[in-house]
Amino acid sequence: MSTVKLTVNGKAVSAEVEDRTLLVHLLREHLNLTGTHVGCDTSQCGACVVHIDGKAVKSCTVLAGQAAGSSVTTIEGISKGDELHPMQAAFRDNHGLQCGYCTPGMIMSAIDIVNRYGGKLDEDTVRHELEGNICRCTGYHNIVKSVLDAAGRMKVAQAAE
Amino acid sequence: MYETIYHRPSSVDEAAALFAKGSEAKYLSGGHTLIPVMKQRLASPSDVIDLGKIKELIGIDVSVDAVTIKAATTHYDVAMNGPAQKAIPALAHLASLIGDPAVRHRGTIGGSIANNDPAADYPSAVLALGATVKTNKRSISADDFFKGLFTTALADGEIITQVSFPIPAKAGYSKFPHPASRFALTGVFVVKTKSGDVRVAATGASQSGVMRVPAIEAALKANWSAGALDSVKISADGLMSDLHGSSDYRANLIKVMAQRAVTAAG
Ligand SMILES: Cc1cc2nc3c(=O)[nH]c(=O)nc-3n(C[C@H](O)[C@H](O)[C@H](O)COP(=O)(O)OP(=O)(O)OC[C@H]3O[C@@H](n4cnc5c(N)ncnc54)[C@H](O)[C@@H]3O)c2cc1C
Ligand code: FES
Ligand code: FES
Repeated sequence: MSTVKLTVNGKAVSAEVEDRTLLVHLLREHLNLTGTHVGCDTSQCGACVVHIDGKAVKSCTVLAGQAAGSSVTTIEGISKGDELHPMQAAFRDNHGLQCGYCTPGMIMSAIDIVNRYGGKLDEDTVRHELEGNICRCTGYHNIVKSVLDAAGRMKVAQAAE
Repeated sequence: MYETIYHRPSSVDEAAALFAKGSEAKYLSGGHTLIPVMKQRLASPSDVIDLGKIKELIGIDVSVDAVTIKAATTHYDVAMNGPAQKAIPALAHLASLIGDPAVRHRGTIGGSIANNDPAADYPSAVLALGATVKTNKRSISADDFFKGLFTTALADGEIITQVSFPIPAKAGYSKFPHPASRFALTGVFVVKTKSGDVRVAATGASQSGVMRVPAIEAALKANWSAGALDSVKISADGLMSDLHGSSDYRANLIKVMAQRAVTAAG
């Protein structure tokens, strides 16, 4: 057992966990942040994507101990109170989800994509960049539409800040 | 996953000392091979020694002669590094093709070549560019480093500290990715060195891991062009055959990927 200290969604947290604990289990089972999902056993589906120090990572493939001292952002940490993050709003408006299982990972990956590309996003790039996120429902079309829409909204939001 | 003890040393020496103390210790760098394998219970290290936060193992140095990448540098950082992109564009391009963005944010060059997966990308660049792998004990030339499937010249407990790639006159990489994992169904790295030598390495193809391709090297040495490979025949002997592609298919892929790589190299 080890004490793992890290920042999650802006709050300092500390948890007593077995060394083999994965970050996704620390989040879901110890911190009750169940928005982050587990969809596979092979590090391929992306349902578990969170940000560690601002970068999208698969939290099922990171030991909790590796995240000690880092700042982690989950799907629960991106809205401003009741106001959805522009990426969440774009997914809602563009029908970017059906069952919703992949959605938290999609949204965390998509925010990372927009952060890295800024305004230079096109459909091809979004599709290529979402290679690590699998959706069994939507056929991706509306997900791609959502991300492109959100890219525009995030630019406007940033300009306003 | 079986129980284990996680350690986070702050230097290479401390990591090596921790390894010596563990009964069945393993190093962890990006964890994007080791953790999946531990999850499947195919590995059960007593101790996991994290190299990923050791400062002396992170960074990229570009000189007039070489691009030197420290072992715990992520694929993302290699793909995005301006000086490295300029010095060996094919190497940065290769890094940008590994897995997906989340994998590239964590996976590292040291972990990739220590693991020597027969379908991994980096081994082809290390072998074709004639890189030198530096460890905490010695320097190993690429020709002596890879020893077949998942096997390298590394001794138990030896730590890769950096890989130094000589800057070539020309280089290109092309891979046919597995549609789900993005590993190479076959990938080919072609190099023309500054002294005019040609080195070509293929990954994802051979049953014994990354390999040189002498027939393509000879043809490109005579004439550095994609067309020069039209008449080259690659033997399917010793190539992998699985549900994704037969050995004949892979033999043809070696040639086609080499042609695309030469075209990309210019
Ligand atoms: C979904 C997915 C897709 C992927 N797609 C690709 C792909 O397309 N192409 C590709 O090439 N790879 C791919 N990979 C593998 C990925 O690149 C891994 O990151 C890489 O193979 C291993 O690097 P790592 O830093 O994660 O190593 P780890 O998993 O941390 O370690 C791997 C092995 O190397 C040893 N090791 C690590 N660092 C050192 C060191 N410095 N010295 C000595 N031994 C060391 C460890 O003990 C362990 O045995 C993929 C992985 C995933 C999960
Ligand atoms: S649960 Fe992490 S990639 Fe599938
Ligand atoms: S919305 Fe159901 S898996 Fe994507």
